[in-house]
Amino acid sequence: MDATTGDLALEWKPRKQHSRIGRLFDSKPFLVALCLLPTVGLLVVFLTYPLGLGLWLSMTDTTIGQPGEYIGLDNFYSLFSDPVFWGAVWYTIFYTAVATVGKFLLGLWLALLLNNHIPFKAFIRAIVLLPWIVPTVLSAIAWWWIYDPQFSIVSFVLVDVLHWRTHYIDFLGSPWSARWSLIVANIWRGIPFVAITLLAGLQTISPSLYEAALLDGASGWQQFRRITVPLLMPILSVALTLSVLFTFSDFQLVYAITRGGPFNSTHLMATLAFQRAIPGSQLGEGAAIAVSMIPFLLVATLVCFFGVGRRKWQQGSDND
Amino acid sequence: MTDTAAVTTQEVELAASTKDAPELLSWDSRARRTITVYIPLAIFIIVLLFPFYWMAITSIKPDYEMYNYKQYNPFWVHSPTLDNIKKLLFDTEYPRWLMTTMGIATAATFISVGASVLAAYAIERLRFRGAQHVGLAIYLAYLVPPTILFIPLATLIFQFGLFDSPFALILTYPTFLIPFCTWLLIGYFKSIPYELEECALIDGASRLQILWRITLPLAVPGLISAGIFAFTLSWNEFIYALAFIQSTEKKTVPVAILTELVTGDVYQWGSLMAGSLLGSVPVAIIYSFFVEYYVSSMTGAVKE
Repeated sequence: MDATTGDLALEWKPRKQHSRIGRLFDSKPFLVALCLLPTVGLLVVFLTYPLGLGLWLSMTDTTIGQPGEYIGLDNFYSLFSDPVFWGAVWYTIFYTAVATVGKFLLGLWLALLLNNHIPFKAFIRAIVLLPWIVPTVLSAIAWWWIYDPQFSIVSFVLVDVLHWRTHYIDFLGSPWSARWSLIVANIWRGIPFVAITLLAGLQTISPSLYEAALLDGASGWQQFRRITVPLLMPILSVALTLSVLFTFSDFQLVYAITRGGPFNSTHLMATLAFQRAIPGSQLGEGAAIAVSMIPFLLVATLVCFFGVGRRKWQQGSDND
Repeated sequence: MTDTAAVTTQEVELAASTKDAPELLSWDSRARRTITVYIPLAIFIIVLLFPFYWMAITSIKPDYEMYNYKQYNPFWVHSPTLDNIKKLLFDTEYPRWLMTTMGIATAATFISVGASVLAAYAIERLRFRGAQHVGLAIYLAYLVPPTILFIPLATLIFQFGLFDSPFALILTYPTFLIPFCTWLLIGYFKSIPYELEECALIDGASRLQILWRITLPLAVPGLISAGIFAFTLSWNEFIYALAFIQSTEKKTVPVAILTELVTGDVYQWGSLMAGSLLGSVPVAIIYSFFVEYYVSSMTGAVKE
């Protein structure tokens, strides 16, 4: 004991641990508490407490600069008879559903393409991630410019180059085209994340499985259906959960491109909550809209996580 | 025997390559590969990168070219100009917004990575009772979207007297950075053999010495990727910065471009695009240096 510690004394300075502070740092409960303190402190003050505070605010008539009083569920009653609110709920669900399906189909396709042996693979993989890296608001501004009513490059190509249409498309001017334009921009931004995530999943699948299937005479579709899809399920369910969650609570893209217009037709619940709470200064009502997102988020998360990948997810956790 | 096997595999491969087969074998014909792989891939790359190209090209176009597609091919610049960028840098407070964003992102990153290292180490290595539950709770915190938090946070920030101060952002960004970084670092710590720590423990090193001298040096790649992630996420953050900051000179780049550069009905597309481009450059540079860490740790984190 003495000999070993003596040898190591030069390097490890074990003397320190005999002092009182040193001994305190060696007691596990103290160390655990010390290590968790910053994280738990920050999260409790700025996450857990605001979550509860939000619930409380949604039941008050607080406005900016004026503490409100408890008014029960009045905010929710007035929201439930507000067509703009129901419009936002409806569009949020539509936006999430369509954009998620689009992202995952295209993302899976891109992942399958990238899983081939292609030249400059690492470089292509890197640049494909760009839409995901760049701040959403900044790429949204680029999309805004692409959707310009007079100088849209897409319209220019369709009308003046290809002569497929006779006049320029007013992308953001009418409700439905605005809704679809936003969904396209969201899919564009979401493809890289899905593709790279699923690519990681694809690369964990052992090639010997495909070889075995090939020898057994399985077709390409059968290989995809029976090997690729089931083995991708664990990672797919995680990616799907995150994607649905963040698409449902999206704010930046819509706020940057349309701010909910034209005629409130593209409001998501998040943008409507912001609209009512900060510029409209009705904090209580805004909080009520934000709180009514929670049940949807819970259901969506549970369905995606346990519904899609439950069996595989459990297997995946065993492999760790 | 081998002949028949080869024939069947070739037939199967012919059938397979009409679909999107995940693995095309080497003897697959070049033409088919072009149609099933290269052309779709090229379309994907063009569509994914076009908005950036368009952003870049618009930011160096003079106004008369920008609004005249008939005479000037819009896909190219005939007489590039730096006017838009000059206007942005000298007539607006853009440099100041860049510095503010940089400062806030750096501070939030250091706080988050520091807190996350300690938390991840405690959860993964100190093996206390309930470690799993704490880990799960932190993971769940990642699933709480900022859009349902910003209203109560705004009132909280106001009570603390932090409204319109960079500290409002430095203190709130860790709420979504810490869960992410902790999650990533737990995964990273798992990959470091526990035996190394046991050896050090037997040799008489204290827990803190182990963390400082053994675990952290081995976890440097993990720390770098957590840092990059945290920096990009805070650079990109929008809703808190929009809600908590009011004065022009304290705004972050994404918010400032949208609220300060968009004025009136006529949009200055040249400056807007230049601003977006310059605002994307710092994250793109950081990302390009560490792309390998980034991709591998992102996929690693998702795999957890």
